[in-house]
Amino acid sequence: MIEFVLDGRSKINTYVQLVQQVKQALRVGLLAPGDQLPKVRDVAQSLAINPNTVLKAYRELEIEGLAEGRPGVGTFVRRTLASASLPNQAELRTDLVAWLRRAQAAGLTPEDVTALVSTTMRAEFPQEASA
Amino acid sequence: MDMVLETDRLGKRYGGMWALRDCSLHLPAGRIAALVGPNGAGKSTLLHLAVGLLRPDAGSVRVFGATPHGNTGVLTDVGFVAQDTPLYRDFTAAELITMGGKLNRRWDAALARDRLAQLGIPPDKPAGKLSGGQRAQVALALALAKRPGLLLLDEPVASLDPLARREFLQSLMGSVAEAGTTVLLSSHLLADLERVCDYLIVLNAARVRLVGGVDDLVAEHRRLIGPRHDGGPIPGVAAVIRASHTDRQSTLLVRVDGTLVDPAWVVQDISLEDLILAYLADGDAQASHEAWGVPA
Repeated sequence: MIEFVLDGRSKINTYVQLVQQVKQALRVGLLAPGDQLPKVRDVAQSLAINPNTVLKAYRELEIEGLAEGRPGVGTFVRRTLASASLPNQAELRTDLVAWLRRAQAAGLTPEDVTALVSTTMRAEFPQEASA
Repeated sequence: MDMVLETDRLGKRYGGMWALRDCSLHLPAGRIAALVGPNGAGKSTLLHLAVGLLRPDAGSVRVFGATPHGNTGVLTDVGFVAQDTPLYRDFTAAELITMGGKLNRRWDAALARDRLAQLGIPPDKPAGKLSGGQRAQVALALALAKRPGLLLLDEPVASLDPLARREFLQSLMGSVAEAGTTVLLSSHLLADLERVCDYLIVLNAARVRLVGGVDDLVAEHRRLIGPRHDGGPIPGVAAVIRASHTDRQSTLLVRVDGTLVDPAWVVQDISLEDLILAYLADGDAQASHEAWGVPA
């Protein structure tokens, strides 16, 4: 089960924030098909938000085919967003950590790293970066 | 769509002063509505008319299709928490729950006890000795024990500290989610309302300024920033709600009814808070000009 968190300073609509958090959890494999999403009542209570907002977020996930409502039981994950690459990610992450350590040793700040990564990505995957 | 609360040219007068005038609005079932306006705008008067504590001097008010004044049948289905959550100070929470059982036809004492137990509120302490937040929670638990279809709350969180306010809104949202209750709640705390409410009623100077679903209202208003505007019509704009000018620039909050094509304007989306403030300021200016007998 995941727990929703709202960014009070964000200008993004509350229901969109909920949808994005579910998608993020699906992408990193924190949620898998068959998992239950938090009950509408519990989300409304813990975040002190309108239950209709939670329903709207879940409906949006249903329309996208990511979740399904089972009347009287709750809302469940139908499909994942984690790509087939998920099993390879652990190894890539280890490589990345090693690389980040080298970057740090070479004197790069986090901003320098972000800038270097995004310019390199634009050069290496021109279509995807612009999408 | 089912309407839980409907008013038609509703008015209430105290002496020669109209506290509420020409008030026509409806509240659909299942909504959580914010009732917003400055002090003295008529918010409490509207709530008291809806709960049958006041009789209209003009027009009509209907709750679940019936007139609430003196109508115990329909009032069974209405919960009301008055301003500052008044309770009998010498009664304990447990005694208040027992009393509610004797005074109401439908009464879920177990629900009230469960809620207060969960919140850690002592059953044997007089209500006058509880904290403000605890008293508000007791008043809410009593109102919910009626299992009402419509719950009216008059500034329930105004006097609470931020933590108690958050806890109150959490209990309210949790129980509303469970029971599907329609809620009308007056408050000055716009940031809370933005999270909690999906319907908006703005009152100012005894009149309704704005009514509708929050998403629709926010979607049909924009802020325009551009070169100084002389007040002529702008294509795509139905009404200018609020305007401010410098010698070169105008900033307008407008209601749109089409596409804004004029490239001279920078168009921005607005928040619920911006929208409410614009309509409140608009009413103020109008009322003041009327009172002074000068053109706006």
